[in-house]
Amino acid sequence: MNELFRWDWAIDHLDEIALQTREHLYLTLIAVALGFLISFPLGIYAARHRWFYGPLASVTGILYTIPSLALFAFLTPITGLSVLTAEIGLVSYTLLILIRNIVAGLRGVSGDTREAALGMGYSRRQLLWRVELPLAVPVIMAGIRIAMVTTIGLVTVTALVGQGGLGYFILLGLNRSFSTAILLGAVLSVVLAIAADRLLILAERLITPWAQAKARH
Amino acid sequence: MLAELFEWFRETGDIPTRLWEHVRLSGTSVLGASVIGLPIGLYIGHLRRFEFVAVTAANLGRAIPSFAILSLALPLSIQFGLGLGFWPTFVALLLLAIPPILTNTYVGVKEVDADTIEASRGMGMTGAQVLRRVRLPLAMPLIVAGIRTSAVQVVATATLAALVAGGGLGTYIVFGFRAGDDGALLGGALLVALLAFATELGLGLVEKALGARSTGMRRSKWRPGESDLMVVEARGLGREPRPSGDAALGG
Repeated sequence: MNELFRWDWAIDHLDEIALQTREHLYLTLIAVALGFLISFPLGIYAARHRWFYGPLASVTGILYTIPSLALFAFLTPITGLSVLTAEIGLVSYTLLILIRNIVAGLRGVSGDTREAALGMGYSRRQLLWRVELPLAVPVIMAGIRIAMVTTIGLVTVTALVGQGGLGYFILLGLNRSFSTAILLGAVLSVVLAIAADRLLILAERLITPWAQAKARH
Repeated sequence: MLAELFEWFRETGDIPTRLWEHVRLSGTSVLGASVIGLPIGLYIGHLRRFEFVAVTAANLGRAIPSFAILSLALPLSIQFGLGLGFWPTFVALLLLAIPPILTNTYVGVKEVDADTIEASRGMGMTGAQVLRRVRLPLAMPLIVAGIRTSAVQVVATATLAALVAGGGLGTYIVFGFRAGDDGALLGGALLVALLAFATELGLGLVEKALGARSTGMRRSKWRPGESDLMVVEARGLGREPRPSGDAALGG
């Protein structure tokens, strides 16, 4: 019991590890996907209408500032120890990150570029989808990466509201003073975060081939 | 629900003790992290040496879940005979608080306008003088932003300290979860959230005051092409996105 990490325990629990890792990924992907679905229209609107950004950033900023454990504690009396509780919390943390980067990405498109597109007869909608959004992809993707990595970390806490994921091992280890389980949960969630980040970088390269062409100059 | 909350506040006598534990734990951690993070950030940003350290710190700081650091501290602390309670949580929170301070200091010092640096050198300032009289004051708002990010994160994570016998306001929440006590859950959550907001707003005001003092601050132009960026966090209440300041850490 004094050993920091017992490999035999880990090997005995491979099925459990696979299960909780999958659970961890599901919880994360649902949260980031829902967060993006909410942030995308709000971010586009806020980039166009300056007055809207202030209140939007305030509300999402307040959500972001509430400590995760406190947010789960607020929600539990209402929505119980459920997936809903976990996801409401997780989604609300992605909003600030995603909206900020969507707005920054869209505003980063230079006025000249916009002018040129309008001069070529693009409509507002075409301007958005064919010019502004493609140019904003790197910044928006940076936001998605941060949201993903942050959420993977936060999902470890959702074990406290009765959800699965790698936090299950951490909690198990804490309750039984069993360092193997803690290390397992902690290390795997870091590996998951780094792997997700790398995959998103790869995905970004695939959807923005022009950026690579430019980089080769 | 409200009735339970009120009753909890009436019945709970040790709130000041728990609050003090929380503040002391967070405060010492952020202070310690500043003592370590600031000089390293200044050194790296000024001399542009070992820049990978700042980038790695930023990336690692985000990738490693705070709950994981905190939990890991426990078995390690027992292993090395430091025991339970204050020390493992302090060390974990300290480690957690370093990255935002270090990277913001680095970015702030690095991104002071090149012309300004040139001008100060032209006036005959030595390297140390440029750092102390030009770079440091101009970087101050961003440095304080880093400390603020750190502090809010530490206050939030210190809540989890209750799980590793570290005390603080999280004690109520953890008890609430274990005993199914809604009053304790809500009361603890409210106190923690208020403390986080107070930290955010308080340090936000400091940042604003410093920003107002060093107007005329210009930062190098932001290039969306630096796609590999890891945006330095500026969790702000109602702040405009400042791509010039927040962005620009090449991964």
